[in-house]
Amino acid sequence: MRITDDSPPIVSALDRPNSYIGRSVPRPNLARLTQGRAQFVSDLTLPRMAHVAFVRSPHAHARIVAIATAAAAKAPGVVAVVTGAKLAKVITPWVGVLTHLKGIKSAPQYAIAIERACWQGEAVCAVVARSRAEAEDACELVEVSYEALPAVADPETALESGTPVIHPELGDNLTFERVHVGGDPDKGFRDADAVIETTFHFGRHTGVTNEPRAILADWNEGEGRLTVYQGTQAPHMMQNLFAKHLALEEHQVRVLTKDVGGSFGIKVHTYADEMATVALSKLLKRPIKFVADRIESFVTDIHARDHRVKAKIGVKNDGTITAWEIDDLTGIGPYSVYPRTSGIEANQIVNLTGGPYTCPNYRARARVVFQNKNVMCQYRAVGHPIATAVTEGLVELAAAKIGMDPLEMRRRNLIPDDAYPSSGPSGIKFEALSHHESLAHLDAMMDYAGLRAEQKRLRAQGIYRGIGFASFIEVTNPSAAFYGIGGAKISAQDGVTMRLDAQGALICHTGVTEQGQGAEAVIAQVAASSFGVPIERVRVITGDTDSTPYGGGTWASRAAGIGGEAAWQAGKALRANVLACAASILQAKPEHLDIRDGAVVDRDGGNERLPLHELARIAYFRPDTLPPGFQAELVATRHYVPRAWPFAFTNGVQASYVEVDRDSGFVKLLRHWCVEDCGTVINPQLVDEQIRGGVVQGIGAALFEHCIYDARGQLLNGNMADYLVPMAAEMPDIEVGHVVTPTADSELGAKGAGEAGTAGAPGAVMNAINDALRPLGAKPLTAMPFTPGRILQALGRISESTPT
Amino acid sequence: MKPAPFAYAKARSVAAAIELLASNDARLLAGGQSLIATLNMRLSQPALLVDINGIAGLDRIALTNAHIEIGTLVRYAQAERSPEIARAAPLIALALPHIGHTAIRNRGTLGGSLAFADPAAELPACMIALGAEIEIVGPQGQRAVKADEFFKDLFETALTARDVLTAIRVPVASGATRVGFAEFARRHGDYAMVGLAACAQADGTRLNDLRLAYFGVGATPVRARKAEAALAEGDVEAGVSALAGDLDPPDDVQASGAVKTHLAGVLLRRVARQLGRAAS
Amino acid sequence: MSERFHEVAVTVNGEDVRERVDARKTLVDFLREELALTGSHVGCEQGVCGACSVRVDGVVVRGCLMLAVQCDGARVDTIEGVADSGEIADLQQAFIARNALQCGYCTPGMLLTAQELLARGGVPSRKQIRAHLSGNYCRCTGYQAIVDAVEAVAKTRAEAKR
Repeated sequence: MRITDDSPPIVSALDRPNSYIGRSVPRPNLARLTQGRAQFVSDLTLPRMAHVAFVRSPHAHARIVAIATAAAAKAPGVVAVVTGAKLAKVITPWVGVLTHLKGIKSAPQYAIAIERACWQGEAVCAVVARSRAEAEDACELVEVSYEALPAVADPETALESGTPVIHPELGDNLTFERVHVGGDPDKGFRDADAVIETTFHFGRHTGVTNEPRAILADWNEGEGRLTVYQGTQAPHMMQNLFAKHLALEEHQVRVLTKDVGGSFGIKVHTYADEMATVALSKLLKRPIKFVADRIESFVTDIHARDHRVKAKIGVKNDGTITAWEIDDLTGIGPYSVYPRTSGIEANQIVNLTGGPYTCPNYRARARVVFQNKNVMCQYRAVGHPIATAVTEGLVELAAAKIGMDPLEMRRRNLIPDDAYPSSGPSGIKFEALSHHESLAHLDAMMDYAGLRAEQKRLRAQGIYRGIGFASFIEVTNPSAAFYGIGGAKISAQDGVTMRLDAQGALICHTGVTEQGQGAEAVIAQVAASSFGVPIERVRVITGDTDSTPYGGGTWASRAAGIGGEAAWQAGKALRANVLACAASILQAKPEHLDIRDGAVVDRDGGNERLPLHELARIAYFRPDTLPPGFQAELVATRHYVPRAWPFAFTNGVQASYVEVDRDSGFVKLLRHWCVEDCGTVINPQLVDEQIRGGVVQGIGAALFEHCIYDARGQLLNGNMADYLVPMAAEMPDIEVGHVVTPTADSELGAKGAGEAGTAGAPGAVMNAINDALRPLGAKPLTAMPFTPGRILQALGRISESTPT
Repeated sequence: MKPAPFAYAKARSVAAAIELLASNDARLLAGGQSLIATLNMRLSQPALLVDINGIAGLDRIALTNAHIEIGTLVRYAQAERSPEIARAAPLIALALPHIGHTAIRNRGTLGGSLAFADPAAELPACMIALGAEIEIVGPQGQRAVKADEFFKDLFETALTARDVLTAIRVPVASGATRVGFAEFARRHGDYAMVGLAACAQADGTRLNDLRLAYFGVGATPVRARKAEAALAEGDVEAGVSALAGDLDPPDDVQASGAVKTHLAGVLLRRVARQLGRAAS
Repeated sequence: MSERFHEVAVTVNGEDVRERVDARKTLVDFLREELALTGSHVGCEQGVCGACSVRVDGVVVRGCLMLAVQCDGARVDTIEGVADSGEIADLQQAFIARNALQCGYCTPGMLLTAQELLARGGVPSRKQIRAHLSGNYCRCTGYQAIVDAVEAVAKTRAEAKR
């Protein structure tokens, strides 16, 4: 096999003998995934299992006048037809607010709508049948009479007095508003030689996980227990929510998560149809399965990124940035999503804008409004792509305005690498970042000077290529500051329980979960390294609330940094326990011993003293031979939560090289680069692939993806043929580089890397397109996605007043 | 979603298929690459599917002096590999790689594409550009319909509910034949935003019998007759200008009519260059 | 024979299977639900995502755009079959070595589609590999690792032939 290893080991101080940290170890769970032996929730069946399908509102906003279920109830295979009112007897509604988002409000949301449907796709009735097909047949027989209500579609007018208020009891359509002023923005703009003002638009898009959301709920009346197989990122969070809303104790609920076909933040929220499925199992006392089909995924999986940002930057002729200002407006659907709320994305935009730079003068306002479209909530790189594109778009527009090279502009304004600890214009705290080193690395990696020369040469031939950059910061390893302090039962801490089995292998139970990122591999690498066994002797168990330590799961790039540190500490603790046992067997001092490669050895010299399987044999089967009073403890649990910093910020910079066809407005992605500093790199290959996958999701936002709604709140392209996800043919090869600045908050020093690609790519691609078109006098493009129509409009090839 | 229930019958002959189609609300199933998707979405709920895949002889490609006859069940992948199509119908060979993806081309049929008549599909426009004839067998026997008259409206053709499209007959390309094909699709294999299939007979610098068939611009493929006239005289830019009179594409989710009209002009310039080159 | 339920005889991964099927059941649902071959996945049910790709009589098709009833007399190969037979062992190994899968949901379809290209022989260009895989959606990897793995196997197989 000739696979070029573009991810060379990044060896650190953690490099104990036989360490796996910093090495590209293959993931232990891949072989079965390549053999069709995975176990996705959609693959599961249970005895007596029935399927649920939902009748969904075709209206964006409508009163439910009556639901006639008799014909459906008599249809072949039907087990039950259940309306919202009936289901509300077993499950309580929820409200998606957090106390630390001051003033955020929302209305109670029911598992199945009762009085009103508030978006196209909201479930209004459930049909349970022996098969999904029969459930769908019967759905067609449910007659719902609606009284259509005026729909609030446009966020721009959502707060106007003539616009209907979606939840009259809330008083208005304002979900949340945040205003921030840092430094002296007025003085900053006065001091500027040039002020550039523009409006950015970001297309609403969605996650399109390859496996749609799937859940199988099994209420066992005899046991008084609910077992839920769910494709989720956060099993313990879901355990809490199921218990809370079904009036159960948490110990009565077990959430099991094995393979998950993609998540990206889509599968970390409370979905009404999933709550309904669980409630139906309780109501009908049998296993109920729900697998969203693609069409309902488009109208129910959370959407994200639908923002309009009016933005302004002040700059001096020497390149110094003097002030920032943003006014963000976003429509998040009719409910703030539970339990994370739909205020976080806008909040992040306020937090992150201007973040890489020294200029402290910053004024921001963000308003989050209700509307009658599908709900929006946190999706991969929450808020980052918007904050980054706004910031970096402004920086390059300013550079162009004063005639400065965009890299030079950044060099003059990025926070110096020796200035940490530091903070951003919003007041966010940075422990240690490496913007300048990352930029220098990128400059060399892409041969910037060479590319500029090529660009110039080709322009003379009528070929328009552009180079665009995006420096970025990335929120990872969140502490309780993210959700916990706001009252949500979302764990910021995570734990690992490590046990030596009777043959000397290591069994690790962890609260972090695996949806493809490689959490299992990372935990195994850290555990093997910390404790001292070959990685083949490590088994990692995730996704079971009955057997894993309580934890938050995998989101916000926390699995490696938080779960990894817990594994590191658990490995050390178990090593101490095992060495105590070994010392008692060997009549040695524990501090003279170590565990390496699956055996107890002399710390100095490394002579093997006792293989672990022999130690385990003695401890488990012949404890009578151990010294009196000595009890072997071959299990250890450790937890970790970041305490010193609310978030482990990472940083990086991306560059995009594109060619724009001035005749057709088509963009060809030629190359893409990303330099990322995620602290200690545990597995370079996994980091690189997180970056690459993330970049492509960001490219999707820049060029392709868009949930297109009409003025009545109807989604026009809710299927995979019309909603354009990135496919292989159009994507570029992506080169990834690393700078390593570990966090001192943990011994491991690892930060996250899952958001970086998605955070930076849209801004970099935008800047590259504008760089390509600048000599043609095109109006800067600031509305994503950059479709051929929008580019033709910017070029003046088609009139600005025509739709694109 | 899962399809609504339907009955299924496998026809062993064209006559048997026609017989089966007599039952109420029956649909013909060929490659199924469009039809089954619409069944899965419950956009189409026929009572009976009549599967013609088992009928022997409908997957032949036959070459005579004047025509190449392509059986209705010839699959895209089979057509791509066919030296006869490459030689005698080079326009079809140019268009085939743009259709869907390999798995779709392994199963989808040429006849099915024409019968389904998606306005953004490549082959219907190719047939119009080539002046092809569509062979149809119905309860009253066999007939041939010119491609120009075959595509009636959105997903509507000259086929009646009891007709079977059996073959496509295309005039064999000669040394003078020039063809051109280009389309704009956002992603490889997507239905085109707008596309153009063209065919002409070169006579010195003149292009005789020039046919420009656009797709993705209306309910059916559209002949751009004013542009044809200009281009036949060698005036590409006049042809581009004339498109405003030929085409009136409606807006869709991928592009507005204005964008499509502009792109149609870009395609015309590109295809004109192809037509100017000698057929290989 | 215009009926809803039909008896079909299919050879699936070399095993002869006889089942009575509802005409509306797609091939992929038949494989997953009747035969419990859950390695083939359902992603979009409209032929766009490629997660359901299986081989019928030697060619890769969309399992969601073919009906089970149409497979009477056919030979169907799924990921379980090609994995057990060892036909794609090198390709699977390359995917693992290159981390060319993350969540793994697209992987069975991706492997079968890639194998069809590789079976043609020769070493396709990266552009050709990308074009061939362009009907198979992967949300996780960004595709580059998949292209790398397929390219590596093409080179190894070409060398082995020499």
